[in-house]
Formats: sequence, C-alpha cells, structure tokens
Amino acid sequence: MLLRHTPKKVMERTGLTINPAKTCQPVGAMYAALGIHGCLPHSHGSQGCCSYHRSALTRHYKEPIMAATSSFTEGSSVFGGQANLLQAINNIFTIYDPQVIAVHSTCLSETIGDDLKQICEKAKEDGKVPLGKHIIYCNTPSYVGSHVTGYSNMVAGMVNYFSESTGKINDRINLISGWVEPSDMREVKRLATMMGAKFTLFPDTSDVVDTPMTGTFEMYPKGGTSITELIASGDNKATLAFGEWATKDAAIKLENKCKVPFELADLPIGIKATDRFIQKMSKLAEVTIPDEITAERGKLIDIITDMHQYLYGKRVALWGDPDQLIPMVEFLLDMDMKPVYIVSGTPGKKMHQKLEALLSTKVPEAKFKNGEGADMFLMHQWIKNESVDLLIGNTYGKYIARDENIPFVRMGFPIIDRIGHSYFPTVGYMGGIRIVEKILSVLMDKKDAESPETSFELVM
Amino acid sequence: MSKKVENTILPDPSELKEEILAKYPKKVAKKRDKSMVVNDPEVEQEVQSNVRTIPGIITQRGCCYAGCKGVVLGPTRDIVNIVHGPIGCSFYAWLTRRNQTDPGPEGENFMMYAFSTDMQDSNVVFGGEKKLEQAIREAHELFHPHAIAIFSTCPVGLIGDDVHSVAREMKKELGINVFGFSCEGYKGVSQSAGHHIANNGIFKHVVGLDNTKKPGKYRVNLLGEYNIGGDAFELEKYFEEMGITLVSTYSGNSSIHDFENSHMVDLNMVMCHRSINYIAEMMEKKYGIPWFKVNFIGADATAKSLRKIAEYFEDAELMAKAEAIIKREMKAVKAAISEVKPKTDGKLAMMFVGGSRAHHYQELFSEMGMKSVSAGYEFAHRDDYEGRHVIPDIKIDADSRNIEELEVSPDEAMWRADLVEKKAKLVKAGLEFSDYVGMLPEMDKNALVIDDVSHWEAEKLIEFYKPDIFCAGIKEKYVIQKSGVPLKQLHSYDYGGPYAGFKGAVNFYHEIARMVSTTAWSLVTPPWKNEPALVAKMADAKY
Repeated sequence: MLLRHTPKKVMERTGLTINPAKTCQPVGAMYAALGIHGCLPHSHGSQGCCSYHRSALTRHYKEPIMAATSSFTEGSSVFGGQANLLQAINNIFTIYDPQVIAVHSTCLSETIGDDLKQICEKAKEDGKVPLGKHIIYCNTPSYVGSHVTGYSNMVAGMVNYFSESTGKINDRINLISGWVEPSDMREVKRLATMMGAKFTLFPDTSDVVDTPMTGTFEMYPKGGTSITELIASGDNKATLAFGEWATKDAAIKLENKCKVPFELADLPIGIKATDRFIQKMSKLAEVTIPDEITAERGKLIDIITDMHQYLYGKRVALWGDPDQLIPMVEFLLDMDMKPVYIVSGTPGKKMHQKLEALLSTKVPEAKFKNGEGADMFLMHQWIKNESVDLLIGNTYGKYIARDENIPFVRMGFPIIDRIGHSYFPTVGYMGGIRIVEKILSVLMDKKDAESPETSFELVM
Repeated sequence: MSKKVENTILPDPSELKEEILAKYPKKVAKKRDKSMVVNDPEVEQEVQSNVRTIPGIITQRGCCYAGCKGVVLGPTRDIVNIVHGPIGCSFYAWLTRRNQTDPGPEGENFMMYAFSTDMQDSNVVFGGEKKLEQAIREAHELFHPHAIAIFSTCPVGLIGDDVHSVAREMKKELGINVFGFSCEGYKGVSQSAGHHIANNGIFKHVVGLDNTKKPGKYRVNLLGEYNIGGDAFELEKYFEEMGITLVSTYSGNSSIHDFENSHMVDLNMVMCHRSINYIAEMMEKKYGIPWFKVNFIGADATAKSLRKIAEYFEDAELMAKAEAIIKREMKAVKAAISEVKPKTDGKLAMMFVGGSRAHHYQELFSEMGMKSVSAGYEFAHRDDYEGRHVIPDIKIDADSRNIEELEVSPDEAMWRADLVEKKAKLVKAGLEFSDYVGMLPEMDKNALVIDDVSHWEAEKLIEFYKPDIFCAGIKEKYVIQKSGVPLKQLHSYDYGGPYAGFKGAVNFYHEIARMVSTTAWSLVTPPWKNEPALVAKMADAKY
C-alpha cells in the first residue's frame, strides 16, 4: 500500500493539512500571465517560488514555461525587495525583451510589505521601462485563498492595468476565461466563432503552452491575448466571465472601471453549464445559436443515452477547484451518476451552497468540504469508509486509485503523468463527449480486467 | 561552428563568451564574467560561484527550503516532515524528486504524504506557533512516528515563529524526537544553504542517538546518494555482495534509525560532495571517522570506487570480491558500449545541473565516446569546480555567514583512534582522503565552464556548439528541446534510471543512444517546406 498510514477513522484536524487539494496563489498568477501575448511572468520573492511554479507548470504542460524572479536574499527580506525588483525589471527588458512583465508577489514579499504599485511606478519614473512596454502586477499572498485566487488576481490585474474606456462602444464581447487548459480556451474560441460572435478572450494560453515543435525556441509564442485587445476590452459592449472563482473579480473591476456590464457563467463543463454558457453568449453577443452547435449537443446526449447503463448509479469522488467541480457535479448528476465525495482546498462559502443545491435531493448522502482542512487525506478516509466506483481529479489521485483499486480519470491541475489535456478540451459539448469517453474507458477497462472469463464481454 | 569535434581539441569559446556578455547591462556583465571560465587544466582558475543570482536573470536555482526539505531530508521515509508555512512549499515538494524507497510490506513510509500547517493570513499576523504545535500533535496522534521534523518557509522567519522552541516543547510533551530546520527560502543564495542546514540539523538532533554496532566486518555510510530512479538500490547490491555493511545512506532509501546509528561506521563514502560533505567532516571531527570521495556514475568510476573501498579495508579477500564484481559486470558494460558507440561516438554533450552531477556524468558520456564541451553547476561552491584545496581561500560573504557552522569537538568515548591511525598509514601509501578534485581538472582545455547558467547563456551555448544532447532539469527540458536539441534530465532522470553502478551505466548508454537517434527529430521540417512551387501549383489547380 502506498498510502498505508491513512486510517479509516476520521479525526478532526485543525492544525495539520495532509495531501492538499490546492496549492498557493503565485502559480495561478504565473499561468494567467502566460495568457498575454509577449508576456514574461515575474515572481517577486525567493527564487525557489519561481522555480517551483515553473516546474509545476512545465510538468503539467510539457512545454517551456518562462518566468523570472527577484531572487530575494536575507538582506532583501530585511531591507525590502525594491532594489531587487528594479534591477530585475531593467535586466528583463534588456536581456529578454518582453512586451509585458507581469509581476506577482509571494508570501515573502507580502509579509515584509513590499508595495508593488510604488515599485512599478518607480521603475517607470527611473526610465527602466522602455517606450511601448508594460509592467503589470498583482498581489498574491500565498497564505490567502489558493492557486485559483492567484489566477483571479492576475486576471483582475490585466483589467486594472490595461482596460481603457474611450467612450466608444465596440460590437464585441469580452470572454474572461477561468483556469482551464489551452485546449479549452481554443474550444471556447471555436464555439464563439461558430456563433459568429465578435469577441476578445483573455487570458488565452492557447498557442502559448501547446506549441508545435519547429526546431526553434520562441520565448514569446504566437498565442496570448494582445495588448491592443486587452486595452480595448474596456470599450467592448459586454463581458461573459466563466468560472466564478477565477474571473468574477476581473469582471466586476472591468464594470467598475469601464462600465462594461457582465454576466457570470460556470465553466462550460457538461450539458447544462454549456447550455447556459451558449445562451448567455448568444444574448450578450446578439448572435443566434447555429445548428452545428445544437448537433454537437445532441451527440453528447446521444452518447449518454447509449451508454447510460454503465454510468447509472456509479459513485464518484472528485477533488480540484470549485469552478470545475460545480459544473462537473451537475454533469455527473445529469448522467445519473452519484458524486458522493467532493473536496477542494480553495475556500469560498458559495461552493458549499451550490453543491448543497445540486445534491441535497438527488444524492443526500454526499459529503463535501472546501477551504481549510478539505484535503485529499480526508477524502481518502471517506473512501475507506465507503468506497466509490470512480475518482476524478489531478494526478495525485493515482495513489488512492492504486491502493483502493478504483478507476481514475485525470482532470484538473496538475496532470503530470499523462498527456492530452493541452490538446483535447473538456469544455463545451465536444469536451463533454471527451469526459464521457474517458469515464467509460476506465470503468470498462476495469470490467474487462476483472470480469470472470465466463462473462467476459465482447460488445459493450 | 563544426558539429563534430576532432580529437581532443575543443574550439576556443572566448568569442562566444564575449557575445553572451555583450547583451548584459554593464554591471551584470561584470559579474557574470567571473562565473564563466574557459577551462585550462594546466593553470589554477577561479570560478565565481555560490554568489547571489542577479534578479531578473532567468536562473535554474531554487531555494534553501528546497535544498533542506526537498533534497536532503525528503528521501527519508519514516520521519513525518511537516512544512510550516503557506501550502505551496509543501505541495511542490510532494513526491516530485523521485527518491525511491523500500519500506517492505509493513514498514513505515510517509513519503507519499505532504504535511503542511497551511498557514493563513491570521497565522501570519498573530503568529503560527500554536497551529504548528497542534499540527505536530495531530501528526503524532494519527501516525505515531518515531520522529517529526519541521521545515520553516519564508514567512516563518519573518514573523519570528520559533520552530526550535516549539520542537523542544513538543519533544517533551510527546516523548518522541522532534526537531526543526530554519531553512527559510530566502537564506543563502541557492539550495546549497539548505543542504548545510539539513546536515547541521541531522548531526545535532539525530546522529549518535543509537550506539548499537551493526553486525559485519566492515561498516560504511554512503553519503550524498539520494536513490533517484533506484540508484542506491543498485549500489546496495554491490556492498552486500562484498560483505560490507551499509549502515546508512544519506539519504536515499533511508530510515531515521540508520542516521541515529550512522556514527558507528569505519568509513564515510561521499557521492554528492556539495550536499553532504558537512556531515562527513563533522563525523570525522567528532568521531575520527575518515571520509573519501567515491563516484558510482560511470562504469570505470564505479570500478575505481569499489577498489578504493577494498584498499581502505586492506583485505585481499574483499579486493578479490570487488574484482569479481567488476569482471562480471564489465562484460555487459563493454557489450553495451560497442552497441551504442556507432550512435554516440564523437557527439557533443553539455550539462548544467546540481552540485556533482554535472561533473560525474561526464564520465558516462566519455565512456560512450562523447565529449563534454560545456558544463556548470546550479548551486556549487568554488571547491566543487577547483577542488577542496581552495576552501581556505573562499571569501565568506554576508549570505554564507548567516549559515551556521556547527562547533564540533571530539567525543572521547566514541573516538576512533584506530581509524585515525589507519587513515594516516593509508595516506602515506597514497590513498586520498577528505578530498575532491572538482570539475575543472577533469575537463578538457577550452571547455566552457559556467556557474548558475542563465537562460540567455544556454540559448547562446546551443547556437554555438549545436550539442547533440543537453543535460539539465525540468524547467529547461522543453526550452532546449524546442531548439531541436534533446534534453536529458539529470535531476529526475526523465523518470528512468537507475544510472548508478554498472547496470546503471548500461541503462544510461542505451538511453542516450535512444535520445541522439530519435527518428522524430528528422521529421521536424515538413516535406513541403522546400517545395514552394508545387504547393503553389496545387493551390492554383483549386484542389
């Protein structure tokens, strides 16, 4: 047994987190910043933070993840990191020549109280920012929220810095992307294009962290939302933000700053969440829903009706981020599956309310928890008390999957032992088909491996 | 730049160095200049190292915590390692270093678990000691471990949480060993500071707790072998076959019980000099146990090290056993070399990693007929480049001064006068102790040695040398590969290995042969790239 010391008996813990279902803010800020074209993320703290975040994102994407660091020493921790950041800004523009440096803080620089706004302004005053280049920043104290909070803060930082209102209203909508894969961002663009919507998607990591092998390293790949588009986001007629935890803050800031009205949607995972997303996009962009999209929806429903017997009543444990988990739970319910255990280290009371609303009548036995103390150790203990048929979550689930012999679908962050998430979306109806395919494959593989020879099935 | 390097003469990279420096702001260029050395094995050269990374330079380096918790203490399976701080530090060090361990079917193994106090803003404002105490109690109640260690992250030092006093209190309360490490990420200039802090902590709190003499004629420790990809498992087999008792390995496949007992040995063998030489030195000072450098990366290096151990014990039978292993294993090694050489001979390698690997792996490459044209460490000190004889000349700067040097004095009851005498005798006979010659003397003339290589420098190196293989870590992996050069990870081994010992060498030869002959690299350019006319014609024809 790999997790051999996990006892069945659940003991209340108030001090110790074991096997977390979250990580810290800065990695989210780094990922979001990669969704700006020509941007170099910068971590204002110890160089270990930057190293860990780059490593985590690199393992997940198997792509270059470039970012710089202020390389704090003990001295900078005492006297403040201003000198380090000013020097870093000068070096980065001189050596690596990005269009934008996106600075995020760390628990170190937050604890000593470095003022990023003041330092970035000083860099400009001192002439360290070449003409036409930009520094944006956001605060990402690691002891607040989670990696999702960091993503949200950097997206809000984009609005704070770039979005401008000229008074003229464009016939475009903003699509503010929650923390999803480049494949998902590409899928959202495909859907929006199919509908004939004019849009700006930000951030947009497609063609940044899923680039082709050409034999030439491009430090700033062709993808990412352009600065022009980010600036013009303030003139767009409306905003559709998808993923409440990751994008609501940016949407509100954009409304406050530039009077762009917004609608909030869940990440379009599964049938109903995608329905709502498509309808909202149709309304905001003032476009009709084309038959092709209706057909894609029909295909997803078709597959579920075809294969319902394998899905019905299956007990599922999930962990990850609220923005993914909530629509995923809804989707599982629509397939008559039973999401019985759900944990997320990301705080926010709303997750509890939303899950309660979804589950209280359909799966009254469901256990769910988020925020402090909601970790994979607890979820594993629940599983030990009453097992499940399926696990859905990031790579760390493989230890539970193996110990308990439970089929496992990888979703979320990080996925560091399989590929595919960069290329095949899980959003939209086609993404839904992929989710169903993945679920069925693991359930059926287990059936094939374990069914007695006498009842081994050819056709399923 | 020619791809194949004829004979042994490497091209002079002085112009490349100038080109690299020309891009930097003046002050940066001045500093980087001293960390880039065109090697001349005939003369003494200084490689500026273990100095601050320049902010904004894209570095490979990590932090003090990574060196302490991630590298040195992480691989020990039966200590509950609680990270005191916000969640990230514990999360990122969770199983990402591939230290294998074998607890047996029932043994204790906490390595699959990430433990954290998950510090919140209220803990930063009001202090986190109470939460840490509670976390330790809970860990004790849940797991009943033999020992609990606490690792401090950046905010802990800043807000003044005293992890050592918490450790003392909890040790009293729980009756188990509890000890803390002040390894905040901002300390020192790289992981290296964390190695030192880890060495100090284990020496202070663990080594010497158990005076049991393990059975066996010869007892040794293997220091600085972390069992990545199962390296230590390979080496354990040789020791067993030779009849040598391996009391402890620091820290691959290790148990805290072994550390407690690790002063009861006749010899310390040091693999990774950078991360663990402190323990070797301290054990010699306190107990009189001699240490010498070994290297099990490379078949010849492995043979040499096995012979050196047999020589130390002055036992003909032991030497015969070593020779038997060497003779037996070398057959497969030679066969593998002749199999891979057509693919690897004359090819160029470069490696930027660690504090030892960038040196050790050069042996493996040279066994395949490959040349190491450029190399450097991520977090080494001058002695790792120039040899230990420069240690007295190394200037102690503000960053190093803050890393404690333990005062160690001889333990008279446990003092090994016999070993001291043995060492003196063997030194006269020519056996080398307490030494590491470093990377420079063993590299060719004109090889470009770069400490703490930056992204810009790596890009220029590739452009100049067009190497056939580049060795570094996960952050560099896909950056380099996008340039069309395969990158072999020498931290994680790209999830392969083992590469230590004879079998490991064979694995490595095959792995590199695979990497330098991967078919897909020849498919990067699409066939229509050079046929514009045809494409135009097809377009015209409205296909």
